[in-house]
Amino acid sequence: MPARTIHVDTLARVEGEGALYIKMAGDRVADVKLKIYEPPRLFEAFLRGRHYSEAPDITARICGICPIAYQMSAVHAIERALGIRIDPAVRMLRRLLYCGEWIESHALHIYMLHAPDFLGYQDAIAMAGDHREVVERALRLKKIGNQIVTLIGGREIHPISAAVGGFYKMPAKARLRELEEDLRWALDASLETVHWTAGLEFPDFEQQYEFVALRHPDEYPLNEGRLVSNHGIDIDAAEYEDHFVESHVKYSNALHSVVRGRGSYLVGPLARFSLNADKLPEVARQAAADAGLRPPVKNPFRSIVARAVEVVFACAEALRIIREYEPPAAPKVEAPRLHGVGQAITEAPRGILYHRYALSEKGLILAAKIVPPTSQNQKRIEDDLREYAAQLAAWPIEEATWKCEQAVRNYDPCISCATHFLKLEVERT
Amino acid sequence: MRIIGCGNPDRGDDGAGVLAAERLRALGIPAEIRCGETLDLIEAWRGAEDVIVIDAVVTGAPVGTIQVWDGDLPGLSTASASTHGFGLAEAVMLARALHCLPPRMRIYGIEGACFDLGAGPSAEVRQAAEEVALRIAMDHFDNRAGSEMIEPQMHTDTRR
Repeated sequence: MPARTIHVDTLARVEGEGALYIKMAGDRVADVKLKIYEPPRLFEAFLRGRHYSEAPDITARICGICPIAYQMSAVHAIERALGIRIDPAVRMLRRLLYCGEWIESHALHIYMLHAPDFLGYQDAIAMAGDHREVVERALRLKKIGNQIVTLIGGREIHPISAAVGGFYKMPAKARLRELEEDLRWALDASLETVHWTAGLEFPDFEQQYEFVALRHPDEYPLNEGRLVSNHGIDIDAAEYEDHFVESHVKYSNALHSVVRGRGSYLVGPLARFSLNADKLPEVARQAAADAGLRPPVKNPFRSIVARAVEVVFACAEALRIIREYEPPAAPKVEAPRLHGVGQAITEAPRGILYHRYALSEKGLILAAKIVPPTSQNQKRIEDDLREYAAQLAAWPIEEATWKCEQAVRNYDPCISCATHFLKLEVERT
Repeated sequence: MRIIGCGNPDRGDDGAGVLAAERLRALGIPAEIRCGETLDLIEAWRGAEDVIVIDAVVTGAPVGTIQVWDGDLPGLSTASASTHGFGLAEAVMLARALHCLPPRMRIYGIEGACFDLGAGPSAEVRQAAEEVALRIAMDHFDNRAGSEMIEPQMHTDTRR
């Protein structure tokens, strides 16, 4: 078999800009590089010297798709540094806000970015011509997620209401109730989505993953829990850097994160579902069972089904919160001290997001560390491709390239977040 | 008539649509300001019968050139590299596929050249945005014949 290279200069249907390079020697994969060339973002340096209260608004600017995740990891880490205990109602509202982000982000990826791969369309626009109802469903789902974020976050992109200690402003209970009818439609639509994704055709491809996700004793994880893996990790966020390490690779502006002494790991819907399926509400657990999705899920292409199950969860959880929510006495509590070091991990739509802050006695940020989910998945994506591209060695180059791109999109990579990161090249020699 | 100006004022000439929308607001004419992302635009014009969208374009024409299209964009490329490339052209194509393109849609394109982060719009684009705003304002007030007159607050340097 001749040697060949798969080149994708600009990966399509991902968040941000990157490339893929795969070098094949016969049916053997000689090299895989997920190249993240979007420029470095330098947010950790921007944060130095700023007051801690600015961190949620500055870090929200890292991503237009998952700003809530950045705000949530920031406020929780700083609250831990300062010894702040938030009101249970604030905790509930943050959870609702996060549900909004999961709904909009997952709906966008499932339908507009990932589904065209399975159905053989170049993009969602081409798909819309033949699957109008499906795309309409996506648009309405995403809009409902946006509505939640707008109501609680103050605006849909780069929201502004999340604060250390609580919120700057909280909506009245009646305003939350206004979301109920749309969310009931969204719950039905999300169940349809699980059913629809389960009917797609999945390549026969399984990997042995180390899944890493938060785990909470009582709930499917969003803002809280211990960090666990199926290979024995069970730690507090404060111990994260003892177990995970980032390293720089020459071809990427995103750092590669690995488990110390072991290697790549997987974060995101597949990890969360595989480690926490028992914590899903009944409606989501039943939808997963009906779709044949059972933990652990080792086929990364099935992440689209796991993502759909998580939309069911987010809709059901949002409805629960809206029914039970009672506003707190005060929207926000003050910090008992201004200095300290705090770490937090929350579950962004794409997986765990780690933040650490060190604060001076004046409350100024001395150091900040941010590890986004895509940088954590980056090496795992390359490991998947090393195995998967070998299976495609005999395929025509164009189809092999497409399938490799699809394998990257299994991870819903958010390149803009990861740069501090995608183009595809497959070289066959 | 629903008027939508889109773009990012912190990306040089990309702010053209926002400038025009702000100018229309100063003239007392309602205009929405949007970032120009595909799905957001579809929501912004949903249900409207008559829509004007103002956006920066790159067609190879001289900077500041104003072009007007009726619900269509020439030389459209759908090969967006990422979701960051999902803009007005994709919104029009997707809306057409979904049969939700407004019955009347005009697109004012203002040719841009510099889209650097943190840069402001060029003098040529500023002038073109003013020209587009005034053209739309005239159209707006023509359509409001017999209604209360509003005194336009024009910039002195562009009063004519």
